[in-house]
Amino acid sequence: MRLAVASGKGGTGKSMVAANLAFTLSWTEPVTLVDCDVEEPNLHLFFPAPAITTDVTVPVPFVDETLCDNCGRCGEFCQYGAITVLRNRVLFFPELCHSCGGCRIVCPRGAIHEQQKRIGIIATSAPRNNLKLISGMLDAGNPHAVPIIKAAKEQAAPDSLVICDTAPGTSCPVIETLDGCDTCILVTESTPFGLHDLQLAVDVADRLGVPAGIVINRSDGKDQKTLEFCTDHDLEVMMTIPFEREIAAIQSRGDLLCRQKPEWQKAFFALFLKCSTLAGGQR
Amino acid sequence: MKICITAQGATLDSPVEERFGRAPYFIIIDHVTGAIDAIENPYANGAGGVGPKAAQILIAHEVKALISGQVGGNAREVLVAAGVAMYTYRTGGSVKDALDQFTKNTLVRAE
Repeated sequence: MRLAVASGKGGTGKSMVAANLAFTLSWTEPVTLVDCDVEEPNLHLFFPAPAITTDVTVPVPFVDETLCDNCGRCGEFCQYGAITVLRNRVLFFPELCHSCGGCRIVCPRGAIHEQQKRIGIIATSAPRNNLKLISGMLDAGNPHAVPIIKAAKEQAAPDSLVICDTAPGTSCPVIETLDGCDTCILVTESTPFGLHDLQLAVDVADRLGVPAGIVINRSDGKDQKTLEFCTDHDLEVMMTIPFEREIAAIQSRGDLLCRQKPEWQKAFFALFLKCSTLAGGQR
Repeated sequence: MKICITAQGATLDSPVEERFGRAPYFIIIDHVTGAIDAIENPYANGAGGVGPKAAQILIAHEVKALISGQVGGNAREVLVAAGVAMYTYRTGGSVKDALDQFTKNTLVRAE
């Protein structure tokens, strides 16, 4: 089963849910936890361990000036404004390039070659028995998160139980992570912001055809509006985590709720079974 | 020599648009013949990379000077490489006013 943990709003507890779920399940079966929040990966903080890293690269064009006659076709083709052709030279803006390769195809003189540019890394570790952690880490200053997420998911492709922690929001990195998942957990909090962004996240999961269930985190017991929204949209509230100082303290130390308070493992295992049902009985 | 002023509308009375890449119109004035051409910017609502694309329009029209409020880094690089002089106008007036100030040589050249 491929399971994503998403939220819409940031800071609701995606990583907390993903880390505790993976920790709990790893007692009984092999789990791969994938940190797809590549702009700010943090799961390695819960599971410190030596990691093997590999570079993630994307192809970018390189213009051979001895062959280029500045005809301008590449610049006209590029929808991202990454290539500008002047009368006597070609200007390239790597941060605007989406690595589509179109410039190379349209060049009538074969003057454009591709070279690989590093945009980040994939760090793989085995922090505990049965647990593999794959963290996508985008280099600072690089704007394209999606190729890193793709590479991280590819690395997890052969594994049978995969939990992907997504970035907040509903933009490309979230879409890329949710794509192909069997089910997703949407973590929310009982605030107006939490509910507003949950609605957006529910819409995204729906459009991608990924069945979703809800976890309410930091619940102060006044979850009426969230519960109403879930009832109206036929969404199951699979778990509610209370707003408690002790839980916050464990989390802020980089520790795990399920390690410090093992009674929570039962709740996280029940959450997994509900996800499995959402995914049509897959494990 | 042709100069370009970024504008919110298609006429000389239109207010100057302070953004370059997302300006709704480029008003191109031929300083010698006095001919005026208003070009609608196809990238005004583009998703990204609009600066270099908009700069290409100016280059295609053989513009030698640009008057705008602010030109972004990528567009600036293209315009500098193409030898287009950039002047800053941020007093909120019309295209006509910006043109008058340019003619009187009171606009600051942006480096």
